[in-house]
Amino acid sequence: MKGWMGKLKVFSLLSLVALFLSACGRENLTALDPKGYGAEKALDLIILPTVIMTVVLLIVMVIFTIVLIKFRKKKGREDYIPKQVEGNHTLETVWTVIPILLLIVIAVPTVIYTFDLADETDASDSLNVNVTGNQYWWHFDYEGLEIQTSQDVYIPVGKKVYFNMLSSDVIHSLWVPTLSGKLDVNPENENTLFIEAYEEGVYWGKCAELCGPSHSLMDFKVVVVSQEEFDQWVADMQNFDPEVAPESKMAVDGRALFEENNCIGCHAIGSSPAAIGPNLTNFADRSRLAGTEEMTKENIIKWIVNPEEMKPGNKMTGKYPEVSDEDAALIAEYLLQLSPSEITTEDAGE
Amino acid sequence: MSTATAQKTSFAAVIWDYLTTVDHKKIGKLYLYGGGFFFLLGGLEAMIIRIQLIKPENNFISAGLYNEMITMHGTTMIFFAAMPLLIGLMNAVMPLQIGARDVAFPFLNALGFWLFLFGGIMLNVSWLTGAPDAGWTSYTPLSTLSPGHGVDYYVLGLQISGAGTLMGGINFLVTIVNMRAPGMTYMRMPLFTWTTFVVSVLILFAFPALTVGLFLLMFDRMFDSAFFDVALGGNSIIWQHLFWIFGHPEVYILILPAFGIFSEIFATFSRKRLFGYTAMVFATILIAFLGFMVWAHHMFTVGMGPVANSIFAIATMAIAVPTGIKIFNWLLTLWGGNITINSAMLWSLGFIPSFTIGGMTGVMVATSVADYQYHDSYFVVAHFHYVIVGGVVFGILAALHYWWPIMFRRILNEKLGKLAFWTFFIGFHLTFFIQHFLGLMGMPRRYWVFLEDQGLELGNLISTIGAFFMAFGVIVFLYNAIYVWFKGEPAPQDPWDGRTLEWAVASPVPHYNFKQLPLVRGLDALWIEKMEGNGKLTPAEPVGDIHMPNGSILPFLMSVGFFIAGFGFIYQTQTNFAYIFLFGGMALALLCMLIRSLKDDHGYHIHKEELEKEAE
Repeated sequence: MKGWMGKLKVFSLLSLVALFLSACGRENLTALDPKGYGAEKALDLIILPTVIMTVVLLIVMVIFTIVLIKFRKKKGREDYIPKQVEGNHTLETVWTVIPILLLIVIAVPTVIYTFDLADETDASDSLNVNVTGNQYWWHFDYEGLEIQTSQDVYIPVGKKVYFNMLSSDVIHSLWVPTLSGKLDVNPENENTLFIEAYEEGVYWGKCAELCGPSHSLMDFKVVVVSQEEFDQWVADMQNFDPEVAPESKMAVDGRALFEENNCIGCHAIGSSPAAIGPNLTNFADRSRLAGTEEMTKENIIKWIVNPEEMKPGNKMTGKYPEVSDEDAALIAEYLLQLSPSEITTEDAGE
Repeated sequence: MSTATAQKTSFAAVIWDYLTTVDHKKIGKLYLYGGGFFFLLGGLEAMIIRIQLIKPENNFISAGLYNEMITMHGTTMIFFAAMPLLIGLMNAVMPLQIGARDVAFPFLNALGFWLFLFGGIMLNVSWLTGAPDAGWTSYTPLSTLSPGHGVDYYVLGLQISGAGTLMGGINFLVTIVNMRAPGMTYMRMPLFTWTTFVVSVLILFAFPALTVGLFLLMFDRMFDSAFFDVALGGNSIIWQHLFWIFGHPEVYILILPAFGIFSEIFATFSRKRLFGYTAMVFATILIAFLGFMVWAHHMFTVGMGPVANSIFAIATMAIAVPTGIKIFNWLLTLWGGNITINSAMLWSLGFIPSFTIGGMTGVMVATSVADYQYHDSYFVVAHFHYVIVGGVVFGILAALHYWWPIMFRRILNEKLGKLAFWTFFIGFHLTFFIQHFLGLMGMPRRYWVFLEDQGLELGNLISTIGAFFMAFGVIVFLYNAIYVWFKGEPAPQDPWDGRTLEWAVASPVPHYNFKQLPLVRGLDALWIEKMEGNGKLTPAEPVGDIHMPNGSILPFLMSVGFFIAGFGFIYQTQTNFAYIFLFGGMALALLCMLIRSLKDDHGYHIHKEELEKEAE
């Protein structure tokens, strides 16, 4: 049995290493391939204790294996009574002091990094985004820029961007694993998290604190673009005029329906500080519909006709009279031309 | 009194006997039956969770039901499976280990059990109208805003059973302080008794925090107060502090008895004295003490600031030191021993690597900056299952195999025991090891669905397959228990060549445990007599009359009263009709208390002559 056990262990170890190397997870979602300051620091402190503790584990396993091989009951020695050892002071000291030293090696960088990641001294000189967590969507209000978006947040690469976060209802937690560790979004006491991305790209964001039935569908994206592209995007967003009539006849009809059904009561189009529902200014540029679904006309129709089916427990269900598929299609047509900026997720490399 | 004669054997008589019993051995069994039942329920919920996550965007159960499932799985496993199973073992074994005839307050002991059972039933009744869905941690304001009555059932169920646990803790404390046999000094107590003692202190100090938190939540939900309502000047974060000031010691309430169990089993089956007994005792106390200093490591991402995060990170890491001491002392207990490997020992040996991995990830999650990534991801799910399953559940199963002969007068079948161990052990690692990586790959916990094309498919599939192995292992264990019940031979008194007092008691254990209280001459009292004496304990007293407590139906009725009142509290928000239940239930409970207070019950004596007759 021993040989079989040994083989099993080697095999599982090898397959684990293979698994680890081949599948660190999906790019721009995994925490194991960091592309931001916070995630990079975190990975340092993931690796260091892992290495130290793996050594400890190996020592334990070596002693454990020796014990199992050497001291099992042997034939002819069934009645053997071993020496009744009380203990050993030297050994006790050894396995008290060495772990303390190992823990100090982990604790020192932990404290340094903890203070480093909480450093907010340059917040006033940086881009600040006020984040509101809602069941089940995210609102981003760019401080001083009069730009509001929902679900997708655009930030420039290589710059510290401060997220000042509050929740409008229950506790959420903002997590972009590839860029930074998470921080809770509480109904009280604004929390500040900075994100500094090293590479352009579209990064997956998740809600990490149970917030209701659609907790798992509360995804968002961080769109990291170059500084020039970001400036362009800001200008485009600021120049957007929601009053300008859409080009196509269907979209014009859609806009009429949008107003008729009082969608506008919750969903602002253009800059507006109020956000009962997601701001739809750059709706068509979003990478996903309702956080997780593919952005297609069919899905938008499905969503408008019965949002409960896509996102259980959402706050949109039942807020407006029943909408027919045809009307929903017209509204979708209107929404799909809401693309005020040339800069989209494609510029971030997706 | 009916227990004394033990002649009635009709089914109704047995039921009545168990409803009224105050005997610690029978209460221990009741805890095992109750806890075992809830363990199966919690396991079923776990299987449903894993089936839902077998593939991306699965629709096996709805989002709302999924949240109910995770909430009930966690709550049931912690409060109504792991804890009662351990308290059951403590009841069954601890009084025997210290050479006592019963616990200090037998009536309270029965009351504690019935409160636990009715609390558990109360929680599960919620399935009929919608179970709690705010997670087992019930963070406000999600829990205060949760519609329906689910969270109300959670509050009342935990409040009722929590009162029972608190009573159990106090009872064990008084028992161990006052009722040790002559010569059984503190530093001669078996480790399982020591951990029972320390855990009782933890219960005494930790549960009041939960009680307070639950009361505040109850007032917010049922009586329109606003402790947690930010809009009205409340504070929602304070719940997390109250919950974890209880919740972290709770982890040690679960794991320390398991440590005690392994200490007994390693010593017995390597035929060696526990290595570093004194260090083991002080490590236990140190873990318990530090356990109260680290609650906020569950809250690194709440935004407490770098000072608090650093302090709690370091305090948490410090716990690794006494835990490490324990692991090495166990290894050195085995070292140089004459090791028998049977089912009890397999579960204990399986614990060493599993729990060491759990401890390893424990240090990792204590590293606050790294925890910003781990927190609320599947990494944490993996970590605490390694600790709770790899530590507590393995411990309970080891203990059941070890003490089954004392509790049920049977030896569990070895072949079935090994089959159960290996399937469960392999299943356990399949299920949870991969979850470390799922978490780091960006899968948050409590996710009803994960999306396609996020690299999470394979890991989740493996995890679900592992869960089926675990379920199979549990079924084999159950079959084993039933099989030996009907087919097994009566077990001898001391099948494992035991070292401690519980193996010196006659088989079947008489309801008064010891005819004469034993004289204890050192650690491993029975082993000393085997080595230096005639293998029998020296009596510390002449044969005399034994004073025994009377059975009583009052603990059962009192718990029924609180149970009924619970429904009254829940439904008075909706209908005045519910006040009938509220006041009726409370009246029944208070009436029982009144009877208990006014009616003198001096118990009864088993006379010397009867004892001598029985001995023949």
